[in-house]
Order: sequence, then C-alpha cells, then structure tokens
Amino acid sequence: MINSINQAARRIPAYTIYIAGIALAAWVIFSSLSTPDPAKVLERVLGIRGLQILIVTLCITPLRWYGINLLKFRRALGLMGFMFIALHLMTWVVLDLALRWSEILTELTKRPFIIVGMLAFVALIPLAVTSNNAMIKRLGALQWKRLHWLAYPATLAGAVHFVMIGKVYTLESALYFAAVAALLIARRLKSRKKLAPTG
Amino acid sequence: ASPYSTDEAPNSFEDITTYNNYYEFGYDKSDPAAYAGSLKTDPWSVVVDGLVDNPGTYSLADLIADQPIEERIYRFRCVEAWSMIVPWQGFQLSGLLNKLGVQAGAKYVAFETVVRPDEMPGISGGMIDWPYREGLRLDEAMHPLTIMATGLYGKPMPNQNGAPIRLIVPWKYGFKSVKSIVRISLIAEQPVTTWNTLAANEYGFYANVNPTVDHPRWSQASERRIGGGLFSGRVDTLMFNGYGDQVASLYAGQDLTKDY
Repeated sequence: MINSINQAARRIPAYTIYIAGIALAAWVIFSSLSTPDPAKVLERVLGIRGLQILIVTLCITPLRWYGINLLKFRRALGLMGFMFIALHLMTWVVLDLALRWSEILTELTKRPFIIVGMLAFVALIPLAVTSNNAMIKRLGALQWKRLHWLAYPATLAGAVHFVMIGKVYTLESALYFAAVAALLIARRLKSRKKLAPTG
Repeated sequence: ASPYSTDEAPNSFEDITTYNNYYEFGYDKSDPAAYAGSLKTDPWSVVVDGLVDNPGTYSLADLIADQPIEERIYRFRCVEAWSMIVPWQGFQLSGLLNKLGVQAGAKYVAFETVVRPDEMPGISGGMIDWPYREGLRLDEAMHPLTIMATGLYGKPMPNQNGAPIRLIVPWKYGFKSVKSIVRISLIAEQPVTTWNTLAANEYGFYANVNPTVDHPRWSQASERRIGGGLFSGRVDTLMFNGYGDQVASLYAGQDLTKDY
C-alpha cells in the first residue's frame, strides 16, 4: 500500500499540483457565478479551499513518519494554498467590500475575526516568497526551516478565523481547528522525542 | 399597488427562494431550499394565548379568515449585510390583533416557529434552543408596515421562506421576521428572543436596520444587494431600511445605540 503510493508519487510530476490548483480556482470562480450572492460564495469557498490545501500541506511531514513520501509536492501545495488565500482576500476587498476603503479599514481594526484572518495571510507571505530553491540557498537550510515553521501558526490562525466567522459554532469549523491543532501537537511531540537523550 | 410598497424592482423568484437563512433546515443558505420540502404545512394550527380576548388554537384558515390579503413589495435587509426586494402577499398584523382582542395589559407580541425534528434536519445537534422565538413591541406590531405574509410572487409561501405564515417587519433586520409561526402570545414583559439569547451583544431586541450602529461582526454601513452578479458592489444602508418616515416616531426619545 505504502509502496504503491510512493511509486505513484514518483511517476506524477510536481507541476500537476499547480495545474490542478489553478483549474480548481477557475472552477470555484465559475460555479459561484450562478449563485444568488456570487461575491460571498466565492469569498467563502476560496477561503475554505485555501484552508484545506494548507492543512494537506502540513500533513506531508507526518505522513513521512509512516513511510509515505510526498515531499516533492509540498512546495506546490503550499503555494496553491497561498494562492487561494490571496484570492480570498482579494475577493473580500474588491468584490465583497467593493473597495470601500474606509469600511475596509474599520473592518481591519475593529473585527477580531478579520484581524486574525489578516494576520494569517501576512504570516503566509514570507513563506510564499521563500518557496523556491534560490531562497533556500540564500537563507540556509536551518534558517529556512525555522521560518517555515510559521506555516503552523498561520494555518491555525486561518482555522480560528473560520471558527470565529460562524454565527454559531459548527462541527465543520471545529473539525478544521482540531485538525490543525492536532498536527501542531504531533509535530511538537515528535521534535521533543528527537531531542530526548536515547539509551 | 399598495402605497407601502417600494417601486424598486423585485429580486427573482429563484434568488428569493434559494438564498435563505432558516437554521431548522441547516446552516447553509442553500439548505432550506434543499430540505424544507419535507415540512408539512397543511393542516396548520396556531396557538393564540396570553392577554387576548379570544385565545385558543386556530386553524390557519380560521386565523386569517376575513383578513384582506394584498401585495407588499418590501426591502429585506439581513443583519449579515445583504438585502433583497421581495413582493410578499400578506395582511397587516394589526388587523389580526384587533380580531383577537388585545387586552389592556399587553405590551408585547411574542412568536414561535414550528419545531418538528422529523421534518427539520437542522434541529438536531445544533447550538440553538428551539423553538425559534421572536417578538415585537405592541406599537411595532400594530404598525401598518408590519404584515403576516402568506405568499410571495403571487404564489403560496414556499416552505423555505416560512410557509404557511410568517412575520415581515421591513425596517428591522431579517431575523426578526419569524417564519412558520405556530404560536402568538400577547404579553406584558419583553419576550425572550432567540438571537438575543445566543449573543446579546450582537443581536438586540429591537434590531432596527441602522447604518450608524455597528454590529460586532459586520459593518452595517452598507449592504450587498443580491442578484446583481459578481461585480454588483454595495449600496449604502438606509436608516430603518428606508422606512424612517413611517417608523422613526415609534422610537422618539429612545437611544438607539443602547436599544439596538
């Protein structure tokens, strides 16, 4: 089972993630058009898909602990997650709030869930910018790894943002939050084990 | 057309019947259209109790007999900052209350929505203490703009819009306009209402549309008008949803930042 997954992964080039991600974004935009409130639907679906992709990206490392090696897709997944979140933010600014800057500014300073969402986006920017070989070289592997640990708090903030938007707490938003929290805890436990003296 | 109607163009029947908040059928706006078909609205009875001369359990036909039904095209503004124009059919609540005989001590009208877990998939496992409850001050209930709606676009009320009978108070956020009513109570004290109980800092009892009083979650300064497509943008929200000339006097002397 694990072997066949790894073999299949070897045959699929990483760029297919970009093709699939862009095709999915195009589909999300197209299918929002026929709904009564397309700007809101687009905003919401882009945000959820972005969060889902970021969670999948965070799963790559723990999967390796169990012998499933999908590492070559991680960069593409992370960048596609960032693309969805960037489109989500753009939809909010341009289509939902329709460039009403004074209202946008009020939202950004007064609404806790908007602030948390914005912080999540800002935290993702340095990760997206450094998701290339040249930047890994420039930063050095250790620095780069440290910086990219930000993916955890950023995704967690995204999940918190999603929980806070709901007028009532829903199982759906709670599950996203639980998934990211579990990944973060698993990562912590693993690194502690590594540091612990053996023998 | 009624002098109370707006001359703005109504939203399409499809927009009005596929974009609904009716949490008894699910949280998504498309859930009510998908699941409300299972709600049985015939026979239907409504309990009338409290400080009235003619309490009792009325069949829907008896309750609304001899109430003059007319078309009212109203703006409908949701607290989530979207809005529609809806051509309702209904009658003034004042006419019904006069028929029921409001007693002197009554100051408020309370309403309840039907609760049928077998027919309403959103009821189980939710955070909300059903039934959905709403209420009005008696002068608000008696205002000629306040109607009990039994249809829209000349058709019987679709289930997802609150069949067979619902309240419409066009100068208040949509959550005040309780759907599928099974109980009307005339009472002396301000009634407990669902959203106010869930989050009192977000949803006041009055819930008048007011662009100057912010909601902790959304700016109320502007709204998205449904049906305009992806680039429809926003329109400025009007005080009392544009019905200020008719209703502002109801709140003379009240601080609407406190009574939100």
